[in-house]
Amino acid sequence: MIETLIQDSNPSFLDYKGRFKGLMGWIFSTDHKRIGLLYLYSMLVFFSVAAILGLMMKLELMAPGKTIMGAQTYNSFFTLHGITMIFLIVVPGLPAVFGNFFLPIMIGAKDVAFPRLNLLSWWIYIVGAFIALSAQFFGDGPPDTGWTFYAPYSFRTGTNMLPAVTGAFVLGFSSIVTGINFIVTMHRMRAPGMNWMKMPLFPWALYGTSWIQVLATPIVGVTLLMVVLERTLQIGFFDPALGGDPILYQHLFWIYSHPAVYIMILPAMGIISEIIPTFARKTIFGYTAIVVSTLAIAFVGYFVWGHHMFTSGMSGVALYTFSILTFLVAIPSAIKIFNWVATLHKASINLQTPFIWALCFLFVFMIGGLSGMVLGALSANVHLHDTAFVVAHFHYIVFGGTGFAFFGALHYWYPKMFGRMYDMAWANIGLAIFFTGFNTLYLPMFFLGMTGMPRRYYDYVEKFHGPNIISSLGAMLMIAGLIIIITNLVRSTRHGVKAEKDPWKGKTLEWTVDSPPSLENFEEIPVVTDHPYKYD
Amino acid sequence: MFSNEMADASNFVKGVDTSFMVIFGIISFFLIGITATMIYFVFRYRKSRHPQAVQIHGNNTLEIIWTLIPTVLVMVMFYYGWMGYKPMKEVPDDAFTIKSVGRMWNWQFQYENGKITDTLYVPKDRAVKLDLVALDVLHSLYIPAFRLKQDMVPGKEQFMWFIAGREGDYDLFCTEYCGLSHSSMTTSVVVMAEDKFDKWYIDTTVVAPLISDKPGALGLLIVKKNGCLACHSLDGSKIVGPTWKGLFGTQETVVTDGVERQLTVDSAYVLNSIYNPNDDIVKGFKKGLMLSYKNELKEEDINEIIEFMKTLK
Repeated sequence: MIETLIQDSNPSFLDYKGRFKGLMGWIFSTDHKRIGLLYLYSMLVFFSVAAILGLMMKLELMAPGKTIMGAQTYNSFFTLHGITMIFLIVVPGLPAVFGNFFLPIMIGAKDVAFPRLNLLSWWIYIVGAFIALSAQFFGDGPPDTGWTFYAPYSFRTGTNMLPAVTGAFVLGFSSIVTGINFIVTMHRMRAPGMNWMKMPLFPWALYGTSWIQVLATPIVGVTLLMVVLERTLQIGFFDPALGGDPILYQHLFWIYSHPAVYIMILPAMGIISEIIPTFARKTIFGYTAIVVSTLAIAFVGYFVWGHHMFTSGMSGVALYTFSILTFLVAIPSAIKIFNWVATLHKASINLQTPFIWALCFLFVFMIGGLSGMVLGALSANVHLHDTAFVVAHFHYIVFGGTGFAFFGALHYWYPKMFGRMYDMAWANIGLAIFFTGFNTLYLPMFFLGMTGMPRRYYDYVEKFHGPNIISSLGAMLMIAGLIIIITNLVRSTRHGVKAEKDPWKGKTLEWTVDSPPSLENFEEIPVVTDHPYKYD
Repeated sequence: MFSNEMADASNFVKGVDTSFMVIFGIISFFLIGITATMIYFVFRYRKSRHPQAVQIHGNNTLEIIWTLIPTVLVMVMFYYGWMGYKPMKEVPDDAFTIKSVGRMWNWQFQYENGKITDTLYVPKDRAVKLDLVALDVLHSLYIPAFRLKQDMVPGKEQFMWFIAGREGDYDLFCTEYCGLSHSSMTTSVVVMAEDKFDKWYIDTTVVAPLISDKPGALGLLIVKKNGCLACHSLDGSKIVGPTWKGLFGTQETVVTDGVERQLTVDSAYVLNSIYNPNDDIVKGFKKGLMLSYKNELKEEDINEIIEFMKTLK
């Protein structure tokens, strides 16, 4: 009786009745947890569509010549796959879902600094997404430029470019607004006693990420606006036919889009830094080194965009400089890897699903990062640039890094977010199939690139056939794994066993609140006296 | 990459492959080493075997070591990368120059004596310089066997050079996405012994035996050389532009300045469609995909093409 009374007076954020009911209670809620879930659900929909597009592309490539679709369809598929995955999922993904949900709780706050702005950023995201996706259904056919919108092809193509570019432009604001919100939240709302060096590592990663979002996104905004102006008013910025410079476009595009890679990967690293100590039952090794390397990546990441343009005809000095800086930006990532592995030394490892995700992350992220070393070297780059090798490399980083961390985080924080547990056995089976499929899909693409198969190729010569078959089979296996994983998670929101407050025995603040948390997270704002990973 | 017998395909293969192998060796060592350590720790320090974790907050000496060693190693990788790359931009003065033109979606190679081909013929053991010209959008000329690639930017002068070291046929791809038929924008490089190449080069009548008395034979040759068939089929299938099968002499609905009208496909229409492709767009096709061939085709050439079209019933 007493227990029910307490629950009623303090309902979870899922059950809370606010000003609006039902769906309205979600899409107009300023609660950071509900907004996090809104992002999660929207992204799940977009991700499923984009993953199916990817699968269809792999099926098309299973044999040379036309297999299941024509060249124009294939070209618009890889464009839509790229735009959706990059702009709608990977760039906003981790901060928008897990940052929104857990940043306030992990620093002991009741919400972010500007809850209404937070809701606005979700709305901007949805509006941007609809504008970008409307390009598929109206006008002169879906865009076929690739997600990079390279000039001058993006001015030459007869397809429906403007909505896609405008959508990406609008999405940028969502990113900027979230970034500002997080920075202010971390500066102003940390719990008493939590000084900067007592802040957990996921918030630290979000801090670095937010600064990149705020500082780099306006550049791509301006660039995309220039494309719109050039297409509508014929102002010659980038199109040589109008007196513009296509290389200028590439510079501006990558000045944002390279730091964007760190927007994708820094929060992923932050999540791994949370999962490892919890399941190692041990404080993180080298907390300070991980914080410093996070900030170093955020900073040096601004100066390496030129490595996307090694074959576009830059001067020797530019090539030299960008190559050195590219190699240097790898060091902080290496430091993180060493510290994570060192954390396992003399640990007491509780081998649960989220931890297996973290281990798999380490493996695929290393392949992604280390293959980047090959691409950073100028001479090897000339051979491998714009081949399947690059596609394999960035899928290992973006999907292997950010994607694995996303699923790792989902399995780690699931009991906290939904108040229930998922089925462990199915989660592990799904992961095993997914992991095998992932590597079978992308490893052969390294080989294809080394033997010279260019990327964005609808058709290929016979000698590339073998590895393409393996890769396509891997794609099917991977999708099968994904279906198991997602089904298990979705099903468990209703049928899972009720989760306790702290199922993994974690030490950060989110494990001190209810599962799922109440509307205001904390009855009383906690006072922090120790570092975040205190297991002794 | 990896195949030794091709190490002399061009003078850059060795530099590129060496840098690749050095880096591949270093990264394999790290990947295997770290993965093995990780698995060992998970096994050795699992809860059932090691119930109480030892709390270690860090170690500054270790941090310094694993910052410095990778820094040195990446500088080694950078060095090999740079050394393999540098000669690619140092072209000898006496290089044999071929103007290489890329357009949506075919290649054309123009030799200094006026010879024009759609396949790149080069002599063995002589420095060859390709002056790269893109007519419409970005392209990138890539010869995997030579380990060479250079983007081609409209309005910008770019070049690449090489010394081919082994006779044979090699693939040549476009590697910068350029629209619908990007993946068909391929041709081959034929490396010939120097004496054979010289004979081929001087012999400007080499096209003669190909031209039979069959009507339209010369037209077909011109069509192939200019890559028309990348967009116009001969068998009735719809690609980018209208098929030529049975086209000549028929009625077509075209859009001129936004207004639909009927016309007969005659010589004047074909000529104007090649010189001013966007004047009259056949209904159901897109504007802006074809560039004018005013600089490539003389009126005599177009007459030959028309003769060829007449044969396509």
